[in-house]
Amino acid sequence: MDKQFEVIEHTADIGIIAYGREPGELMANAARGMTSLMIDPLTVQPALSNKIELQEQDDVTLLVEWLNEIIYALDAEGLIFREFAVAISAGLKLSAVCYGEKLDAARHKLKREIKAATYHNLNIVKLNNVYSAKIIFDI
Amino acid sequence: MCPWQGELKRIDDYRWEIPQDYKSGMKVAGLVFADEQMLSVIREEQALEQVANVAFLPGIVGHSMAMPDIHWGYGFPIGGVAATRVHDGVISPGGVGYDINCGVRLLRTNLSEDEVRPKIRELINHLFNNVPSGLGSEGKIKLSEKEMDELLRLGAGWAVNRGYGKPPDLEVTEEQGCLQMADPGKVSARAKKRGAPQLGTLGSGNHFLEVQVVREIYDQNAAGLMGITHRGQVLMLIHTGSRGLGHQVCDDYLHVMGVAVSKYGIALPDRQLACAPVESDEGRDYLAAMACAANYAWANRSCIAHWVRESFAEVLGKKVEQIGLEQVYDVAHNIAKLEDHVVDGKKQRLCVHRKGATSAFPAGQKGVPEKYRAIGQPVLIPGDMGRCSFIAVGTDRAMQETFGSTCHGAGRVQSRGAARRAMRGIDIAGQLAEQGIYIRTGNPDELAEEASSAYKDVNDVIAVTQGAGISRKVAMSTPIGVIKG
Repeated sequence: MDKQFEVIEHTADIGIIAYGREPGELMANAARGMTSLMIDPLTVQPALSNKIELQEQDDVTLLVEWLNEIIYALDAEGLIFREFAVAISAGLKLSAVCYGEKLDAARHKLKREIKAATYHNLNIVKLNNVYSAKIIFDI
Repeated sequence: MCPWQGELKRIDDYRWEIPQDYKSGMKVAGLVFADEQMLSVIREEQALEQVANVAFLPGIVGHSMAMPDIHWGYGFPIGGVAATRVHDGVISPGGVGYDINCGVRLLRTNLSEDEVRPKIRELINHLFNNVPSGLGSEGKIKLSEKEMDELLRLGAGWAVNRGYGKPPDLEVTEEQGCLQMADPGKVSARAKKRGAPQLGTLGSGNHFLEVQVVREIYDQNAAGLMGITHRGQVLMLIHTGSRGLGHQVCDDYLHVMGVAVSKYGIALPDRQLACAPVESDEGRDYLAAMACAANYAWANRSCIAHWVRESFAEVLGKKVEQIGLEQVYDVAHNIAKLEDHVVDGKKQRLCVHRKGATSAFPAGQKGVPEKYRAIGQPVLIPGDMGRCSFIAVGTDRAMQETFGSTCHGAGRVQSRGAARRAMRGIDIAGQLAEQGIYIRTGNPDELAEEASSAYKDVNDVIAVTQGAGISRKVAMSTPIGVIKG
């Protein structure tokens, strides 16, 4: 699949449309899209890995909580990621490994602070075997 | 984004109604405060659809309202006001937003522009070094877990006890800087961890510090009570909120409410409006946690005000007492509060959501500080960094029509991307310098997103609130020095 995500505009905030051939890929591409709004991913070295595991009752909550875990890692732990390997298993269980490093003010230039991924008009749709989701972030 | 095509009924020059039958499921009509010209801009996006969506909230009374600085948000519009009955209505974290108790604090000085302008670069640079701002900034105060819980319970009072602020500041802070219903036990460890290193930081985005000069006084008596006496007087405005702690509280409780809507069988047109009965475990827990975040924000602005005072004293070589720097007022513009209002001739206990809106209580009203009881609650309305800001007071009409609420700022008209494209190649700091405004920012790339042209003209917004009678202007000031987070 060519396109991982695209950035969309919203008057007060900003958003992305993420794509994926299967739910895990959609989740990984959503994380890549969100990260690209925060930092140039090429400046992040995959020096460490961080596991994230989640289980939710619906796919929309899983997507929002997953992205908010990545925001939390940056805000509370100072961890920034560039690559994501995500698997979704039965019962909406997400297992992910995020590769990145500790934020270093000398090498990393953050573009903007994202407060959270929102649920605003958020749906995951499947069309022609491609999943997509439009996500608005609060910044 | 496609324009909004719905029906709007003109009530008068400043009021427009979205009829209750616009959308099946609306429990009340929408009421938009705007003039005709402003409305054509508002209609370009879906903010009015969000006003209609808010009208679905169970227990909503009066109208789902939009102030003239309305713009497209998520769930609620920014500039939205909605009141729900406490006994059978709901509370919605989306009606408060992620930056709980984002708000503004205004300090007045005895200084005139002539004294400050020659030192404005030095002052702004000093403030920039003294008040941590920008992306990933950490504060200078280290909090233990016990201290964090005390802070969440006590709000601005905690800061004053620690020497960050003065006792008289509390008397002129909304709710005296503390919502009593705060319960730190309802705030997650994650929220506390996110907030702990960020106390006393400005943050980024539209948060700012501004050194301003009074240009107009419209009401000498009210201004005088606020310590604002003449044109040319220097003021200091602080705009920030509850940082990562508030963001996490909102996030945590949106998750809780997502489950609650199914449990209580609540039908909503947008998941971001997720809510629970005010008098349910989920509702009470959220209110207790939201109050903690609001208290954090008041403590945050207190700490920043303390460093602002120190910075002025150091740069001007005078004592703080000589400079003045007394607090005029501190208001929240993202908050939900339990208040008594008269609805259909009966006093009712309501949960008033103000999302990008400011309380505007009139003279004589309980909740207005003693000092301002004769003139009404001060309302602080910042404009964008290149224009001006207003000080106003609440009115009886606001109490009757908007649950004592008015606008909170200018309101965006351009998306951040559009603002960047429009300002590409333009030296914004240079342009502001030509206007006599010195700006420092830790993130020059974001400056374009905050350009004047990205916002409505706050003069137009104030003309509507003044014309509609939901607040009354007292003074206007313009910036001479700005720090953008």
